[in-house]
Amino acid sequence: MLAKRIIPCLDVRNGVVVKGVKFKDHVELGGVIELAQRYREAGADELVFYDITASAERRTVATTWIEQVAKVIDIPFCVAGGIRSVEDARRILHSGADKVSINSPAIENPDLIDKLAAEFGNQCVVIGIDSLEQEGDYKIWKYTGSEATAQNAGKRTLDWVREVQERGAGEIVLNCMGADGTKQGYDIRQLQAVREICRVPLVASGGAGQKSDFLEAFQKARVDAGLAAGIFHRGELSIADLKHYLDSMGVIVRL
Amino acid sequence: MIAIINTAVANLSSVAHAIERTGQSYEITTDPEAIEKASHVILPGVGHAQASMKSLEDLGLIPVIRGLKQPVLGICLGMQLLFDKTAEGPSQGLGLIAGSVERIPEVEDLPLPHMGWNSLDLDDPSSPLLRGIFAGDRVYFVHSYYAPVGPYTRASTQYGSKISALVSRDNFFGTQFHPERSGLVGDAILRNFLTL
Repeated sequence: MLAKRIIPCLDVRNGVVVKGVKFKDHVELGGVIELAQRYREAGADELVFYDITASAERRTVATTWIEQVAKVIDIPFCVAGGIRSVEDARRILHSGADKVSINSPAIENPDLIDKLAAEFGNQCVVIGIDSLEQEGDYKIWKYTGSEATAQNAGKRTLDWVREVQERGAGEIVLNCMGADGTKQGYDIRQLQAVREICRVPLVASGGAGQKSDFLEAFQKARVDAGLAAGIFHRGELSIADLKHYLDSMGVIVRL
Repeated sequence: MIAIINTAVANLSSVAHAIERTGQSYEITTDPEAIEKASHVILPGVGHAQASMKSLEDLGLIPVIRGLKQPVLGICLGMQLLFDKTAEGPSQGLGLIAGSVERIPEVEDLPLPHMGWNSLDLDDPSSPLLRGIFAGDRVYFVHSYYAPVGPYTRASTQYGSKISALVSRDNFFGTQFHPERSGLVGDAILRNFLTL
């Protein structure tokens, strides 16, 4: 049986891992390679690196640290940040990343999803979605790397989830902005709504504060993976403890 | 020297790094002579079956690979290319293993691609690539096409259907999972191959 995945997310700014609360006040946590190795040792099933400044400041991620991560890490990892073309994605995949995650540039240019899927296969194409509950509906946001640039993208989340799958997304990371950084748990209701229409692997993101939050996301929203950052970075929860807890509660995990 | 066949469409560096971690040296090549002289040959694969076969054809490598006598390991799509044909494309394969690769059937509650760490059942524990590997060990899969279980299956996994995870015929081996991304279990399987 396929295991549910636990994915630490490393928000990277200028080669340093940072974590903010609701996208504000970023705090430095350490070097990318050091943290990648630590999480691999701790039992992470996969790693996600978000270069959170990239989209907004129109940069592409440095391939140097991707190559270094690829050398030392023997689990899959995904890179996000300012990937706006097939060539950007090719450079990152050829540096050793297993997947690329596209967020704001996919909103600006949805054809990019089709092109990436055709070129590399949909298994390499992850669509990150920043979603916020507004006026009784879920709406997608773009350029959320900093508060100054974040803006409503003017689309309904559920419409966008359908569209990206039709265009060739191989996985969706749903970051529920209202829950992100709050430690109050994943937005189960929103995840359930997306799961209903999501036929590709779905990763829950935003809000994990304790072990039972992951259990809830796996059991109630039937997500394939739980992504978290702060709770792991601050050492409040070890991946080993989390996995043993989930195992004891009947969730299939890789121990 | 280990030869990694460069099909251009595949992500080669993760395979190359995994070989580096075993302490062996490799070359990434499309040169028929280098491939024929290599001690071991790896055919990696991420991308599209049709594009990869076309790339091998353009490089004149199809008869070269078919004629290899040393251990050959196809990874993921590289494994699928060892078969007669694949539904992806659809495309002809290298015809080294009798059988065909199919699309994973859509089943409620099982997203596609099949992505993540799944457990191995050992169909043929005597396979040299499974030395030190136990039933239930987890390896990393990411694919939407699969080889049904057949006489070539050495290990399998379950995802709605029973999926070939490790196949072999004579000197040709294939893993549907990514040993280079499967932690210590993948490392052990890769080392088993490299010591053949």
